Parts: sequence; structure tokens; C-alpha cells
Amino acid sequence: MSEKAIEKQKDLILDVKNLNVRFETDDGIVRAVNGLDLEIERGHAIGLVGETGAGKTTTALALLRLVPDPPGVVECEKLELDGRDVLGMSIKELEKVRGKDISMIFQDPMTALNPVFTVGDQIAESIFLHEDVSYVEAQKRAVAMLELVGIPGERAGEYPHQFSGGMKQRVVIAIALACHPQLLIADEPTTALDVTIQAQVLDLMKNLRQQYQTSLIMITHDLGIVAEICDEVAVMYAGNIVEKGTLEDVFNRTKHPYTEGLFNSLPNIRDRKAMLTPIKGLMPDPTSLPEGCPFSPRCPYAGEDCTAPQVVRNISATHFVRCCAYDRPGFHIERKER
Amino acid sequence: MLLLTRASKRAIRSEVNAVETVKRKFTAAELQQYKKRSMFGEVWRNYKKSPSAMIGLVVLVIIIAVAIVAQFIYDYDTDIVQQNIKERFQTPSAEHPFGTDQYGRDVLTRVLYGAKYSLAVGIVSVAISCVLGSSLGLIAGYYGGFTENLILRVCEVFAGIPSVLLGIAIMSAFGQSIVVLMFAIGLVYVPMFARTARAAVLPVRDQEYIEAARVSGVGDLKIIFGHVLPNAMSPIIVQVTMGVANGILTASSLSFLGLGVPVPAPEWGAMLSGGREFIRDYGYLTLFPGLAIMITVLVFNLMGDGLRDALDPKLKQ
Repeated sequence: MSEKAIEKQKDLILDVKNLNVRFETDDGIVRAVNGLDLEIERGHAIGLVGETGAGKTTTALALLRLVPDPPGVVECEKLELDGRDVLGMSIKELEKVRGKDISMIFQDPMTALNPVFTVGDQIAESIFLHEDVSYVEAQKRAVAMLELVGIPGERAGEYPHQFSGGMKQRVVIAIALACHPQLLIADEPTTALDVTIQAQVLDLMKNLRQQYQTSLIMITHDLGIVAEICDEVAVMYAGNIVEKGTLEDVFNRTKHPYTEGLFNSLPNIRDRKAMLTPIKGLMPDPTSLPEGCPFSPRCPYAGEDCTAPQVVRNISATHFVRCCAYDRPGFHIERKER
Repeated sequence: MLLLTRASKRAIRSEVNAVETVKRKFTAAELQQYKKRSMFGEVWRNYKKSPSAMIGLVVLVIIIAVAIVAQFIYDYDTDIVQQNIKERFQTPSAEHPFGTDQYGRDVLTRVLYGAKYSLAVGIVSVAISCVLGSSLGLIAGYYGGFTENLILRVCEVFAGIPSVLLGIAIMSAFGQSIVVLMFAIGLVYVPMFARTARAAVLPVRDQEYIEAARVSGVGDLKIIFGHVLPNAMSPIIVQVTMGVANGILTASSLSFLGLGVPVPAPEWGAMLSGGREFIRDYGYLTLFPGLAIMITVLVFNLMGDGLRDALDPKLKQ
């Protein structure tokens, strides 16, 4: 079998082509996601990295077709989940997919649980909605889910305020995984937790993911988390993926100037007196993105060719970058030595 | 580590001890007590703290008890409506503590028996307006946009019409009976509930747990009534108690105008109306039914105030 044939047989759980999300507000059109392409293979974990406002969460919501409309407008060429077209689905069909095939973990466990219901009821609701079981059976499975995430089953009758932040996040994970979804979107699941609990929660997610063969989109701005839990990384900037590849590709063979900037701005653990080297400037205003490459105003390598629309450049079968500087002969970035 | 002073070391040690004490096994009784503090229990604990609210609750229970007992000890035909001209206009005495009216009927008996009309009209009409108005308000607040505008503007139009006037219009259109009265008053207070419910929904609607419910594939209707409503309940509960007071007042006003519960039923408003002609010479004819209305309305208002404080998390200690 030739290499191309193998590529065609990729078992894709999610296939997104040319996703555009814009918010039409009174102050102008906010372009949150601009022509994003994303493919995720079954069982793979991909990290979606980028700074605040890069459009990571909006992308996630668009995949679930939950972008508030109005003011949000979603345009997409292709949005397939496990070979099924999500774009053409009716509300009823969508409700069946949400929580069953694709589910989401939210950033802040303090607000992601309904304060007036017991945690057991909240886990059971999802099971009761999507699986053909009695409510009592759903309750039993909810208790089993709680045990699975490391919370004693007898606490199923308690309310969210009786749990600590880390435990609440475990409950949220239990809800998200209750119906064994094929794709899990984790939107900064550890940002609101302290470092020790972060490690526990990540460990838990890693184990459960392997157990259930769930594909994962990990939205984060912590490169450390990505290195720990993901197989692939996609770096987002101003609503598009600027570089995507395996962990090895992006971390060790960095190609995009923005990714380079991200790595350079990490504090150096060996030289604690060293100054931080941030990327100069600010993220462009999404209501008026610069022409061509949105990173060009901040890019140390920017040239005249950067104002042209950017095309995807394949470095290898797994690695691509969206930067025209590679057209220049002999161009390479100068990643800081460690 | 060297920077740690002795004091801060001590603080850390005591904290470690504190953590260890928390770790000890709770007895079954302790756990039970901990679990029993449901939302209802919490509200009741706070409610109990307010003496005026407790007085309101106790008096309400007495009024309800009186209304029920009166049904069994008095016979409608002989005790309540039968005229006894020989004993008309007797001033309050041991035999007739509240005196007798222009037809010689005992005012105390009628006032006690009449409690059921006011309570029934107040409670049923508020139930009607609560269900209708809250549903409209929930839908308006949850969906926003055009739906919200449509519902709120229509409600505003209705709210613009004075409540008694609207009541009169409905009563005269559909005829005079206690059922129509309940519906009339129920409809009058729909806008009030719609606005209260909408205002309560707004902060809940944008919470992450509502988003989370949507992500889990819960349908809109189930989110509105299963997830949003329980979180937006407290202002609606307060509005219900206040609404009962208003409903009783409106019912009495309509009866006073001769459009409420048909005579000769001893509705308090109708009794006021009947005693009005004799107010100069026999003031007690209006005094006692008036007092009854006032006390009942006051009781519901006291309870409403108490509930509002008990349900407000900011006042929780």
C-alpha cells in the first residue's frame, strides 16, 4: 500500500474544513475564527494552544454548534463528527450528539455545576438523557462514575458546595465521560485549580482517556500540560492554526515565529535571574485584523511578503506551518538555546 | 526556609493540626446532620430568626384553621345568610361579639365563615398568575431578543391598565362568579410575575452550568424549567406571598364594587360594601370585615418580607 492510500484511510473522528466564526456586534464585526481546518484521528489527543482571545473556546463551541446566535455567525465548509455531518443536523439530532458523542469540560468547576442539584443527579441526568435506562439505573451508574473519578460513591447525594474545587472538577469530568463520548473537549480544565490538584486531574484524564479510547481536544495556554497529555499540538493565533504537528514536531522542530516566541517567553528554570523575553506587542484587535499574516506586526522576521494571504506549508506528513517566510531562500528561525 | 519566623512556623503547625482534626472519622450522627441541611432546611433556619415573619406564619395558620373549622360548625343557610330582622343592628355584646348587621345576621359568624373566600380567591388567583406569568417570564428571559421584547411589551400594555379596572372589565365580560373572579385576578397579576421571573432568569441564564447542560444535550424546555427555574425561584416565591396579599385586596375591592363574589355570600369586601350605608351609626359593620382584610393582607406581607430575607444569601450568617 502506498503512503497516500494509507493517508486516505485515516480514521478521523473530527474533520473540520474552513471554519469561520464572526460576531456581528454594534461596534463592528469581531472575527473570532478565520478559516480553521482541523483533523483529529480516533483516539488521538490534540492540544489547542494560544493566548487569550485566540479563538480556542469559540472553536470548541462552534464544533458543538453552540455559538450564541445572534450575534455569532458560523460558516463552515465541512464539519463531520465520526463521518456524520454535524452542520446539517436538526436541533433534536444535535441534542442527541451533545453529551453522547461529544462532550465538554469547562474551565471553572465552581460555576459549571448547578448549585441546586446533587452531584449524583447531575451525572445521572446525562446518562438518563442519552442511554436507554431507567432513572434508578442511571443513578447507580452515576455513583459508579463518581467512584471512577475517585470520589466515594456515598457522596452522590451531596450538593456542589459541599465539594472542594478539585473534587468539583472531578465531578465535571464524571459528567463529561458518563456516556463514554468519542470526543472530549477540555476547555482549560486545570486553570482554576492549584498545581498539585492540576497534576491529579490531568493524571485522571489521561487514564480515563486511555481506558475509553476517547479522542481529546485540550484547550490550554500551558505548554507543559500539552507536553504531558497530548499527541499533537495546534498553535492558534488570531482565529487560525499557525502551526500544527506532533509534540516532537512543534516542541523540537519549531517552525512558526509565533510558536518560537511562545517557547522563548517561558521562564528559564536553570537561570532564575534571566529576564523574561515576551513577544512584543499585543494580539491584534479581532474587529480589524491586519492584512495577510495576523502575526506580522509583531513578527521579528516580518517582510513585505507577509501582507499576502497565508497558505499552509507542509514540512512533513504530520507537520505544517502557516508562514510565508519559508519561501525566502535559507530562512530559519532562531530559537533561543537552553 | 530560613525566612520562616517562629510565629509563622507555629501558624503552619497549627494549620497542619487543623487539617488532621478534620481528617478524623465523623460519626454517623454527625454525617446525618450534615446531610440534612438541605436548601429548604437552610431557608427555614433563617426564616425562624425573624419574629415578625414567625408571627405572620402563626396567624396565617390560625386563619386557615378558622376558615376550615367554620365550614363544619356553621351551616351556610341558617347561620350565614338567613335573615333575622328582629335582631338587626345589635351593637357588640356577649351574645354577638361583633354585633349584627342590617338583616340581623351575626357579623362574627360571617367574618369567620368569609375567610375561605378571601383565602381561596387569593391563593388560586396567585397560582394562576404565577404559573402563567413565570412561564412567560422564564421564556422571555431565557431566549431574549424578539421573544423577550414581544412578551414584555404585551405585559407592559396589560400592566398599564389599572388592576381593578381590568378586573371589572373581565368580570363584566364573563359574568359574576367566584371562578371568574379567580381567573380575572389571576390575569391581572400575570405581568408582575412575568417581569419578576424574567429579572430572576437573567443572571442565571449566562451561568456556566446552563452552558454545561446545553453541552450535555439537554433540550431548551428542560433547561428552562429544570435548570434555570430552580435557581431563579426565590424572587418568585416572595412574589407569590406578596401576590396573595394583593389578590385578596383586589378581590375585596371588586366585591366592594359589587362585581366579586355574588351576595349574599359573606365575602369581606361585600360585607364592607353592605355596611357602608350605615357607617355613621353602626361603624362596627365595616370595622370587623375591614380588620379581617387588613390582618390577612398584613400576614402575607410579613411572610413575604421574612421569606425574602431568608432566601437572600447575602443576609445569611
